[in-house]
Amino acid sequence: MPKLHVTTTINGEPMEFLCEPDNTMLDALRNQLGLTGSKEGCATGDCGACSITVDGRLVCSCLMLAAEAEGHEIGTIEGMAQGDRLHPLQQKFLEQAALQCGICTSGMLVASEVLLKKNPNPSEEEVRFWLAGNLCRCTGYDKIVRAVLEAAAEMREARP
Amino acid sequence: MTDIRYVAPTTLEEAIAAFAAAGGAGRILAGGTDLLVQMRSGIVKPGLIVDIKKIAEMTEIAETTDGGFRIGAAVSGAELAEHPSFKKVWPGVLEAVNLIGSKQVQGRASAGGNLCNASPAGDSVPAMIAAGAVVTVQGPNGRRELEVEKVPAGPGRTNLAPGEILVSFKLPPRPEGSGDAYLRMIPRTEMDIAVVGCGVSLTLKNGFCTAARVGLGAVAPMVLLVEAAAKALIGSKLDVAALEAAANACRAACRPIDDKRGTIAYRTKIAGVLLKRTATIAAKRAQGN
Amino acid sequence: MNDVTFNKWIGQRTIRPDGVDKVTGRAAFAADTNMPGMIWGKVLRSPHPHARIRKIDTSKAERLPGVKAVIIARDVVDFPVDKSVMLGIQDMRWMCRNVMAREKALFPGHPVAAVAATTEAIAAQACALIDVDYEVLPWSIEIDDALKPDAPILHEFNTFEGKPSNIMGKLEVKKGDITVGFAQAEVIVERAFTTRPVHQGYIEPHACLVSVAADGKTTIWSSSQGQFMVRAMTAYLSGIPQSDIRAIPAEIGGGFGGKTIVYLEPLATLLAKKSGRPVKMVMTREEVMRATGPTSGSKSTVKIGAKKDGTIVAAQGTFYLQAGALPGSPIRGAVGCSFTPYDIPHVLSTGYDVCSNRSKVAAYRAPGAPIGAYAVECVLDELAEALKIDPIELRLKNAAKEGTKAAFGPTFPRIGYVETLKAAKGHPHYNAPLGKLQGRGVASGFWFNAGGESSAQVNITEDGNVVVTTGHPDIGGSRAGIANICAELLGIDYRRVSVIIGDTQTVGFSNLTGGSRVLFASSMVVTEATEKIISTLRERAAKIWQIDPEAVKWENGAAHPVSPNAGPFEPLTLAELANKASAMGGPIGESVQLNTQGAEGGFGTHICDVEVDVELGIARVIRYTAVQDVGRAIHPGYVEGQLQGGVAQGIGWALNEEYIYTRGGNVDNPGFLDYRMPVCSDLPMIDCVLIEVPNPKHPQGVKGVGEVPLVPVLSAVANAIHNAVGKRFYSLPMSPPKVLEKVDASVQQAAE
Repeated sequence: MPKLHVTTTINGEPMEFLCEPDNTMLDALRNQLGLTGSKEGCATGDCGACSITVDGRLVCSCLMLAAEAEGHEIGTIEGMAQGDRLHPLQQKFLEQAALQCGICTSGMLVASEVLLKKNPNPSEEEVRFWLAGNLCRCTGYDKIVRAVLEAAAEMREARP
Repeated sequence: MTDIRYVAPTTLEEAIAAFAAAGGAGRILAGGTDLLVQMRSGIVKPGLIVDIKKIAEMTEIAETTDGGFRIGAAVSGAELAEHPSFKKVWPGVLEAVNLIGSKQVQGRASAGGNLCNASPAGDSVPAMIAAGAVVTVQGPNGRRELEVEKVPAGPGRTNLAPGEILVSFKLPPRPEGSGDAYLRMIPRTEMDIAVVGCGVSLTLKNGFCTAARVGLGAVAPMVLLVEAAAKALIGSKLDVAALEAAANACRAACRPIDDKRGTIAYRTKIAGVLLKRTATIAAKRAQGN
Repeated sequence: MNDVTFNKWIGQRTIRPDGVDKVTGRAAFAADTNMPGMIWGKVLRSPHPHARIRKIDTSKAERLPGVKAVIIARDVVDFPVDKSVMLGIQDMRWMCRNVMAREKALFPGHPVAAVAATTEAIAAQACALIDVDYEVLPWSIEIDDALKPDAPILHEFNTFEGKPSNIMGKLEVKKGDITVGFAQAEVIVERAFTTRPVHQGYIEPHACLVSVAADGKTTIWSSSQGQFMVRAMTAYLSGIPQSDIRAIPAEIGGGFGGKTIVYLEPLATLLAKKSGRPVKMVMTREEVMRATGPTSGSKSTVKIGAKKDGTIVAAQGTFYLQAGALPGSPIRGAVGCSFTPYDIPHVLSTGYDVCSNRSKVAAYRAPGAPIGAYAVECVLDELAEALKIDPIELRLKNAAKEGTKAAFGPTFPRIGYVETLKAAKGHPHYNAPLGKLQGRGVASGFWFNAGGESSAQVNITEDGNVVVTTGHPDIGGSRAGIANICAELLGIDYRRVSVIIGDTQTVGFSNLTGGSRVLFASSMVVTEATEKIISTLRERAAKIWQIDPEAVKWENGAAHPVSPNAGPFEPLTLAELANKASAMGGPIGESVQLNTQGAEGGFGTHICDVEVDVELGIARVIRYTAVQDVGRAIHPGYVEGQLQGGVAQGIGWALNEEYIYTRGGNVDNPGFLDYRMPVCSDLPMIDCVLIEVPNPKHPQGVKGVGEVPLVPVLSAVANAIHNAVGKRFYSLPMSPPKVLEKVDASVQQAAE
C-alpha cells in the first residue's frame, strides 16, 4: 500500500505529512515532522513520555496511528509556550526544580495542562492520580506535584 | 513500505464489508490501546486495520426511551465520563471503564475494545456483566444481540463470528434503589492489570436485596458471572453472613492461574475480600449515600 | 572558609541553565538526532539463557535488499579471558563479551549479531534471517542454583577454592576479631535476607547515532553517564584510536548508574564503518529490561552482637550478589558500606561475586549498599526491640563520628551522621501519632562518595559574560550548581554564566557521572579555573591603573582598589575588562584538570510510615522523611530532588519491583506494565531535612548527595511494616501476596 497522506493541525498550524499505515503518531511527530519533544519511553502506553492532545483530549501518541490524525487538532509540548512566553506550568517546573533529567517533562507538562483545563483547582490527590500515567524515575514526583498545584493557584489568580 | 492497509469507513456496512473481506487478517481499531501494543510486540500482524471511529453509531452515547443507555463500542472512557447523566446511573460501570490504563489511555480506550480484547482481566467487563449489559453485534449476516458475558470465549478469543463487529452496549433501565460498583486489586494504586476485579450491581427494597449480579475478573480464563454470589445476596439485608456467603461463592468460582501478577491462593482469597467491599459500596449507592 | 555564611547564589534555587530547553521540548536526548543518509541498526539477541554458539550464518540477511552491514563477534575486538584490561571498574574482557556474545550466549537477550539497514523494519527482518546454530546448555539464574555443586558453570576457566565455580570473586573487610567480639556480646541477632534484582528504570532507552568517515574519523551522539567512557570503550572494541572518536553527550534521560557502560555504541560504530552510512540504534523498552544492567539480586546473612546497654561489640555480614552473565557485582558497596555508620570494634564483612544466566549487572545508585543496609538495618531494628531501646537511640549510642575508623579503611574527619540521627529524633514526624494498621520504621545508610578526574574550561566572552564547559553529563541539575558557584565566585548574576557539557574532543578528560562525584569534582576544577581568572582580572586592572595587582581586589563582579590608599580608581567591571582583553594581554580563560581528592562519605537517616491493608496485603507508604548530611547544598532544590528520587526508587525496590522469570529462564515482565515502578499516586510528599556539615576538603564544602538516599529505604520500609503488623520481612519485595501470607499466618496462629 502506498503511503498515506494525512492533513491535520499541529499546535494550531495546518500540517500535512506522509506515513505508513502502521506508523504511530509518535513516529510521525518525531521522524516526519521533527517534533522530538514527545519522547518514546516504552511504546506501550505505560510511561506517558509521548503524551499529546487530540482535540484537547490527552492521549499517548505511541498508541495512536499517525493516519488517525486526519482532520484532528494535535497539541504537543512544542506548542505550549507562546513565543518566548512560557506557560505558567513550564515556569513553575523550572522554579520548583520539578525536573531532573527532563525526559518525562514534556509528557508531564502536556498532561498537567489538560488537567488544569478540566479542573483549575485540583487537590494533591487529584494531581497524583491524573499524573499516574506519567512515569518519572528521578524526582519521586514531590516537586512535580507541587509545581502543578502552584501553577494552578497562579492561573486561578490571574483569571479575571 | 509495509503491506498493511488502513481504512476509516463512515458506515457500518462498509466497515463490515472490508473487515469480512480481510478474513483473519483484519483488525478493528477503536481506541487502539491494545491493538497497537500487540502490533508493536509482533503478536498481531494485521493485513487490514479498520478504524471504526468515523461511524456515528460506534461513538454515540444515547439514553434510551426506557431509561437505559446505549453506548457505542468505540466510545472512550473519557467521553463516557463527560456524559452528564451516565455517571449518576451507572457509577460502577463508569469507574470500571476508567480504570483501564492511565488518563492518556482513557482518552482512547473503549469498553468495546476492552471486551473484544477478551483478556480475563479486562476492567470494564465484570462491571458490564454485573450491570446486565447486552451487546449488539453486526456482521455479514446481519445484526444480533447477546449478553455481554457470552462474548469472551477464552483468553484473547471471542464468540463473535467471522466478520462480525461489536457495535454497542445496551444497559438496562435502573429500578429505584439500585447501585453498582467495581473494585480491583492491583499492587500499585494505578497502571496495573487487575489481579482480581469485581463488579456488583444490586437493588435494595426496604433494606432487602431484591436483585443482584456479580462479575468477577482475572480469576478464570474468562470474566465470570457468579450467579451463586448473587443468590447469596438476594433476599438478604447484606448482613455479614450474606456477604460472607457471597464471598465464599466468589472464591468457589475462582479457577485462576499462578502468574507474574498473582498466585492461585492469593487471587482466590482476594476475590472474596473484593466481593464484600464492592457489594458494600454498591449498597451504599443504592441507598443514595 | 567552610562556615555557612551569606551567599548570593550558593544555596539559592536558581533556574537551571538547561531548564527552558527541557520544558519546551527543545532539549536533544539520545534518540532525538538524525543525519542525512542515516540507516538503522538492530540487534539479534539470544533466546537461550545459556548456549554455545557453534556457527552463525548471516548470508541470507546480507542478501536482503536494504541491508547495508551485518556484524558478529569476530568484528568486535577480542580481549582474551586470560589477561585483564581494566577501564575504570570495568574489565574489557567482560565488556567485549557483553556487547556481543563470543563463545557462548550467557543470558536471554545477549546480542549475537547486529544488522544495519535502510529501515528499522528491514533491519528487524534481516535479524530474523540470521541462522545461529546453538548448543543449548543447562542454566541457572538464582544464586542458590548457581552455587549448587553440579551447577552449570558459565565461565569454565574460573575456579574458586580449587574447583570450577560461578563464584568469580571474594571481598573481605575486617576490623578486630569477631570471635573475641561475639564472646563479649550479651544479645546476638542473626538473620538471613534475600533481595531480587531491580532495574535502574531510567525512562530513556539506550540510543545512539554514529557516523564514521572514510578516514575513520568517528562521531558518536549518545546519552551516557560519561562521554569519555563511551569513547574509550568504543575505541577498545572497534580498534579506532581515541583521538579519532568524538563522543558528543546528548541530554541523558536518566541513568542511575545504568548508563556507565556501553551496549550500542561499539556496535553502531562497527556497522557505520562497514556500511559507510551513519547508523542509528534505539533500544526498545523490552530490550532495556532484558539486556541492560539491573542491579544484583542477593542473599545475605547478618549477625550483630551487643551488650545489654546497647553497645554493639561485633558484627558479621556475608553477602552473595548476582553478577549476571559476567563478573562484576557491586560487592564492594554491600561489604564496605553496610556497617560503616557504626563504631564497632570487631567487624567481618565478606562478599561473593556470583555469575548466573541473567543480564550483566550495571551500577545502580550506591551500588550494593542498599542490599547490605537492608540486612544490617533490619537486624538493628530487631536488636533495638530485643534490648527495648528506641531504634534511633541504639544508632546514636553506636554512631560513627570524627575519629571513628571504618572497617573498610579510613578514619573519619568531621562527619554529620550523629546530626542526622538527632534531627530525625527531634523531627515532628518521629513522634507523630499513628493510626490503626500504621507503622513507623527508621534506618540509616552510608555511601563512600567519589572524587577522581574532572576537567573544566571557564572562558570570559567578549561581552563580559561567562561560559563554563565541563566534561560530565548532567542528569540531575549539576549545571545549575556549577552556575551558582561560578557566579558566586565572580560576583555576577548567575544568568550571566552559561554552563555546557563539552564533547570528548573539546574538553579535557572527565570521569563518569556517577558515585555522587560530579558536583564535588567539577566544582573543584571550576573553582580553581575561576580563581585563576579572577587573578588575571585583577592583574589586568592593575595594569590599567598602573598599580600592584596585590592592591586590586575582586568584588561584586568588578576590580576595585583594595583601599583608598591604592588610588582613586573607579571599579572596572567584568564587561569593561573583557572589552579591553585583547589590548591588555589577550583572551581571558582558564582550563583546569585535576584528579580530585577528598570526597568524604555521606550519611542519611530516614523515617518511614506505612499503612497496611491486611485483607489485601498491600503496604503503602503514607509519610516519609529523609534526613541527610549533604555537606553544602549548592542548589537546595536539586539536592532535595536527589533525596526524593532516591527514596522513591527505594520504595519501589522494597514493595513491588522485581525481575520475574519464566520457567525457561526468560524475563517475564520486561516492561513498565509489570515491572511496577512507583507511579505518582503511590507516593506521599517526601520531606527532606538537609543537614549541612561542610566537607572540610572541598572549597564549597560539597559532599556527594545522590547515592545515600537509596541506601536506608528498603529497611526503613521493612521496619515500618513490622511496626504496623508485627511481622518481619526477610525477603524483598514486600509485595501483596507475600505480605498477606505472613499476616494470614499470624491471624491463624492467634486463632490457634
